[in-house]
Amino acid sequence: MSGALVVRGARRGLLARAGATSESGPTKVLLIGVALVFLALFLALPLAVVFMEAFKGGLAVWRAAVSSDDARAAIRLTLLVAAISVPLNMLFGLAASWAIAKFSFKGKSLLITLIDLPFSVSPVVSGLIFVLLFGMQGWLGPWLRDHDVKIIFAVPGIILATVFITFPFVARELIPLMEAQGRDDEEAAVSLGASGWQTFWHVTLPNVRWGLLYGVLLCNARAMGEFGAVSVVSGHIRGETNTMPLHVEILYNEYDFVGAFAVASLLAGLALVTLVAKTALEWRFNLHAGGRH
Amino acid sequence: MTDRPVSPRHRWRQPSVLPGFRLAFGASVGWLTLIVLIPLSALFLKAAGLGWQGFAEVGFSHRALAAYRLTFGTALAAAVVNGVFGLLVAWVLVRYSFPGKRVIGAVVDLPFALPTAVAGIALTALCTPDGWVGRVMTPLGVKVAFTPLGITLALVFIGLPFVVRQVEPVLSDLGQDVEEAAATLGAGRLLTFVRVILPAILPALLTGFALAFARGVGEYGSVIFIAGNMPGVTEIAPLLIVTELEQYNVPAATAIAVVMMGVSFLVLLAINALQAFSRRRAA
Repeated sequence: MSGALVVRGARRGLLARAGATSESGPTKVLLIGVALVFLALFLALPLAVVFMEAFKGGLAVWRAAVSSDDARAAIRLTLLVAAISVPLNMLFGLAASWAIAKFSFKGKSLLITLIDLPFSVSPVVSGLIFVLLFGMQGWLGPWLRDHDVKIIFAVPGIILATVFITFPFVARELIPLMEAQGRDDEEAAVSLGASGWQTFWHVTLPNVRWGLLYGVLLCNARAMGEFGAVSVVSGHIRGETNTMPLHVEILYNEYDFVGAFAVASLLAGLALVTLVAKTALEWRFNLHAGGRH
Repeated sequence: MTDRPVSPRHRWRQPSVLPGFRLAFGASVGWLTLIVLIPLSALFLKAAGLGWQGFAEVGFSHRALAAYRLTFGTALAAAVVNGVFGLLVAWVLVRYSFPGKRVIGAVVDLPFALPTAVAGIALTALCTPDGWVGRVMTPLGVKVAFTPLGITLALVFIGLPFVVRQVEPVLSDLGQDVEEAAATLGAGRLLTFVRVILPAILPALLTGFALAFARGVGEYGSVIFIAGNMPGVTEIAPLLIVTELEQYNVPAATAIAVVMMGVSFLVLLAINALQAFSRRRAA
């Protein structure tokens, strides 16, 4: 009894001391309230409206919209683009972070800056640069036409633009992680006679696997959701070069709002799954929440 | 490879017992060159081919200037809103505990995860006169959809996580001792915030602000649905690039893209300077 009183007294003392470095109750409630209203307006409302509009006509209408031939083709293309561009950037991320985090060389910070470059390029400009290279008026355009290779307004252009846009995602998760882990483990493995590949497979990769998954998750979300860059190079040919975000735009511009929001709800679902998985990784493995995507 | 003497050619890197540097470095620099550096240099070479006169004619036409004004103006306004509310959200998430806090902390990243086209049509559906927000705003005489205000709202959505995610870690690392010292010396909470806390988090806040601004300048997907896209009034620069490209006016698209890249580059420089400044001060 008296013990509980002492504890309570001590806690009250702590609270009183904390009072000097905290806000009064009403201020606190007001600040929390304003923040929550702001987040509700800007985050919850747009998300809610996607699902509301998507299911406005009932489940059957939604199902018809997402299983139309054009929608299926768009979903297939989106999956294909992600299935190619994400592994490419994963391999790049592993190679770049191995070179940058495990070795010391001059020009390292320049290399990191260059890897981050695609983040500071507008999506539209990211598409434009590939049009300038491979488009009809581009440098390689005439040669490609003569050899009957289609890149712009075709799937290869979409993949190129997506790889460019998602270029830094895996690398910038892995570089700080590998740098923090140092090279002691790898040096021990090598001094015990492991080859470079063995060291990489059995020491480095297991050490960074959750960070790698984290980067791949973000990379995939962006690859599937990219709109601006893909829009410039795609040519919007239904059933052929339409990814899911582009299909959303076409349906919307044709005033097929239910169809547009139905396909959008799939993408919003992907975003929610990504958020949950990302948050789970952050909590479980204490990975950082990056601020520059 | 492990214990070969280091030749002068290799002196730019320190010797290491680990193998695989050449392969990893070569592969990553090669891939970087192919995917990023060559395509980006195509943009600048193309622009250089226009000559200064030709560049200025299409890059600074009346229509382009109006687009820049709108793009930079709305991006700036959105970054200011995000600076204020992002700081507030970060503060609330770090300092207070309330039910649902962890979920809300995670949801802040929604704009990073939600495809921009989805955000665009959702915000438009909300803000048109018969949308949930539009129905409230229209009687008040405020038009949101298809105006610069709508563009700003879309950019607030897109840029929100930048400020929160930059400020959050700095705010939670801030020791209580400085605030206790301030309180001991008789400072009220507001004074402590303005004179003690704000200076400490200012570099992070400005970095988040600059990142949100840079993202807003380049943003396309979430804006084009809500913008209305009237040339000279609600036509943003990225959309103008697309329009010029659709009319096969490649020189104009290139010139506008270079102007935008120039501004992004300046913002990037500012961010790096800020971070160098805050590192120096922390050291």
